[in-house]
Amino acid sequence: MLSIPWLTLLIVWPCVAALSLWLIPALRHQGRQTAIAWSLVELVLAIGTTVAWCSDTGNVRLAFRADWIPQFGVSYAVGLTGTGLVMVLLSTVLVPIVLLAAWNEQKTPRRSTHYAALVLALEAFMVAVFCARDVFFFYVLFEAMLIPVYFLIGSFGGEGRKKAALKFLIYSLVGGLVMLAGVIGLWSQARVRASLFADSALVGLGSTRVFSLDWLTAGGVAVIPTMNPTPERLIFLSFFIAFAIKAPLFPLHTWLPDAAHAARPGTSVLLVGVLDKVGTFGMMALCLELFPGAARWAAPVIIPFAVVSVLWGGIMAIAEKDILRMIAYTSISHFGFIVLGIFAFTSTAHIGASFYMVNHGLSTGALFLAAGFLIQRRGTGEIDAMGPGLQRTVPVLAGTFLAVGLSAIALPGFSTFISEFNVIAGSFATRPWEAGIAALGVVLAALYILLAYQKIFTGPPREDLAGTRDLSGRERWVIGPLIAAMLALGFFPAPALNALRPDAVATVEHIQGPAGSWEGSGQ
Amino acid sequence: MNAPPIDWFALAPILIPLGAAVLAVLLEVFIPARFRRLVQMSWALTAITASGVWALIRALKPADEAVSAVGGHVLVDPLTLFVQIAIALSAILAIIVIADRTRSGEDAFSPQPAAAPGSPDEEEALAAKLVHTEAYPLVLFATGGMMLFPAAGDLLTLFVALEALSLPLYLLTALARHRRALSHEASLKYFLLGAFASAVFLFGASWVYGATGTVRFLGIAEQIQGQGLGADPMLFAGFAMLLVGFAFKVGAVPFHAWTPDVYQGAPAPITAFMAACTKIAAFGALLRFAYSVLAYVTWDVTIALWTVAIATMVVGTALAMVQRNIVRMLAYSAIAHTGFILTGLVAFSAEGISSTLFYLLVYGVATVGAFSVVAAVRLRSGTLGAGALTFDSWAGLGRQSPILATAMTLFLLSFAGIPLTSGFVAKFGVFAAAFSADAMPVAIVGIACSAAAALFYARLIYSMFFAEPAEALDAGERTQGLTNITIAACAVITLALGLWPAPLLDFATKAAALLP
Repeated sequence: MLSIPWLTLLIVWPCVAALSLWLIPALRHQGRQTAIAWSLVELVLAIGTTVAWCSDTGNVRLAFRADWIPQFGVSYAVGLTGTGLVMVLLSTVLVPIVLLAAWNEQKTPRRSTHYAALVLALEAFMVAVFCARDVFFFYVLFEAMLIPVYFLIGSFGGEGRKKAALKFLIYSLVGGLVMLAGVIGLWSQARVRASLFADSALVGLGSTRVFSLDWLTAGGVAVIPTMNPTPERLIFLSFFIAFAIKAPLFPLHTWLPDAAHAARPGTSVLLVGVLDKVGTFGMMALCLELFPGAARWAAPVIIPFAVVSVLWGGIMAIAEKDILRMIAYTSISHFGFIVLGIFAFTSTAHIGASFYMVNHGLSTGALFLAAGFLIQRRGTGEIDAMGPGLQRTVPVLAGTFLAVGLSAIALPGFSTFISEFNVIAGSFATRPWEAGIAALGVVLAALYILLAYQKIFTGPPREDLAGTRDLSGRERWVIGPLIAAMLALGFFPAPALNALRPDAVATVEHIQGPAGSWEGSGQ
Repeated sequence: MNAPPIDWFALAPILIPLGAAVLAVLLEVFIPARFRRLVQMSWALTAITASGVWALIRALKPADEAVSAVGGHVLVDPLTLFVQIAIALSAILAIIVIADRTRSGEDAFSPQPAAAPGSPDEEEALAAKLVHTEAYPLVLFATGGMMLFPAAGDLLTLFVALEALSLPLYLLTALARHRRALSHEASLKYFLLGAFASAVFLFGASWVYGATGTVRFLGIAEQIQGQGLGADPMLFAGFAMLLVGFAFKVGAVPFHAWTPDVYQGAPAPITAFMAACTKIAAFGALLRFAYSVLAYVTWDVTIALWTVAIATMVVGTALAMVQRNIVRMLAYSAIAHTGFILTGLVAFSAEGISSTLFYLLVYGVATVGAFSVVAAVRLRSGTLGAGALTFDSWAGLGRQSPILATAMTLFLLSFAGIPLTSGFVAKFGVFAAAFSADAMPVAIVGIACSAAAALFYARLIYSMFFAEPAEALDAGERTQGLTNITIAACAVITLALGLWPAPLLDFATKAAALLP
């Protein structure tokens, strides 16, 4: 049945595609076209994976494991949960769109080929990290992913790109090395457990796979549930800090506005839409799955930070003068919601958070792209300098911006509404106060989007803007699918929610269940 | 006293380079000048390859016990063989760089070191087409000493090996074609400090002999255990002085000060050779000494080693951060790496040995690669850029020669310990070994220093790829291309060991198995 190694194909193909662009001279002149073709192949593979996933059973599907570095207990272990699947789909959908959006951004074919190859290389890491079922493998991808992003920001961005790239790299590396301490701690804990079972038949298998998530949580000697609270909490914290930098949570968020401002809008789409989700995905897949006791222990502290993120991001977005930085701040606000949903520990909130990750990718991606079109036309990112009155000259762009903006403020009908509603309603059950305060973020969202729209598009049209082009066919194709997807998921969310539900229910049961040091968790 | 039995086969990896060096001196005399470079180069490469392959074949055979080749004065066990293979590999790669020239035939060595550039003496030397092919026999002598260093089973052999590897290096340091005064100064500094360190080492050895009545490692260990000498102050003083000698050779704080000057002054290919091979050999010897002698003393020697490891990491990282010169940055980063390698050593466990060995090989290859790129850029930028190896002078290298810059990036990422490069696996290995051996503070400092170190590596990547091109880069000529072979080989090894480290880790684990 599993004769086709879907996930491995899905990981290897973008690597091959990127290498082909770098190494085969004939493809170099046709870089853009080839890259889009290759990314569409990847999308087809992703759809094939989805079909295969649906016909498989269990919580982690299409699983595959092979020894990688047996000396350290590291395996190449892949498998897809529901959340992983939707994130893989999101990544594979966004990549062709980003490539199409960057069609004539670069001056020479050589540079656009280089850009496209970097995006494809990044895609391989993104897909792999959502499939990873081994802590070490996850960590390797989590860190190695920085390199293509560093080059995407540093080589191709706009003003201030070098500083922003360096800031991004330093924040991420520091986060990554904090996590490395946790990974090493986990290794030494797991080995202690494994040696206790030295006479058991399981160890023969277990010692070469101590990092595999299945071995750590369920199979073998069940390391995690029997761990002492102190190392468990320390390791949890090291993981959480790394993820909180990635999915920027207040106060570790300051790199994101700079990076988003300096990068190409297409890069920002991937950076905010997918890469930062690796942080929230890691919170779900590693922090909650591995350290349920520590997660319960830390939740009362994490949730206030999430709420502050929601409000702080919103307030900063209102005050922000640059449109790309403004969108970055809105994302910080949205990430606050996602983290709130993850640590509220109800299945509704958890489903909401997972779904939020997808919708935020679509909505913010579209917002960045629309902003990119605006900046291309006006030559500036200053909100005050772009308008006013652009609505008359570029009605389609204005309408698009409004639609995308409304999706960002979670208007009913858009899929974002469903996820935001689920998060707030689900968190209300366990954390009424915090959920209530976070709901204020919805009001802030309406303010920052509508104020920006008002400044740019409404009012008396300026004379000198009369010749501004409206959206071209290519640009409509770039942004249309994203709006369509949000509307489709807004009206028919059932397939996505059904895919996410088992995962959410299992995680919440895992957290609330008898396993783990519930007594020692300080609750 | 009878002559000890000699196992020539076990000694071969040591004897081949030494014998070849002696013959190379004769070749130097009898071969006509125009063939000399070619013959010497091939001869050196053949000898070291033979020695490395010999060690490899012995290492692949399943060995159950250590062979003591000369009555226990030379120990050839899997540890020795692993270190010898690593030295041979790095040396081969470095010799290829040493042999490279620009298209008009200028190599990295001055034809007449005593002549000032541009003086009549210099012109005479150029007209006579003087070439410094003495570099090859010197490299062979040094390699022979390095091969012996980790195999030494007593303090005197250790000292002889130390001198055999050091003396040729002092000379080689003085041979740079460009910036000769700097090169001579570096050589003198290296020599004086090295001689001082050797003297302290020898003095220490005499104290240890005085306390235990033997110079052999096994004998010392037996005496410590049997006579209850674990807390003997005389022995303590002796060990402390021996450690000073080791610390000098590996470049550990506070005996690190020579590193940046020597790395900067020496010809870049020699820096590649010495930075990689000396460190591997010295750590090989230190590993043996630490695990077969130091492990038995009762006073807390680990605290001293912890302090040295932590200080080395912190000082190396902090000083590397403020450097403007690329070679000096790499030199301080080499000091930081000494600290990282010590982190594995202080674990005092089998994992500590195997992870240290893995780190040594990986670090050696990446170091040769990085200095080869320096050598290539140095030749290419001619006299203009020869001394000015600042970050700014490398600006735009990514656009002018993307392959060179990409390879350099790979080596820097490996130094920084970014996953999918060999450096990450190596760092994980030593930190994990230290962590599980309760040397947690050292591992934590190591991780923190790795984070800080990434900063200056990233800055060089930033200069190469994101900054506007500098003019100096194309002022000189291209090389004949030998360096590119080394760079490519180092890049492939660095990447391959990052993606698939299991076989080498296995090998390193086996090499660690026989040490007590």
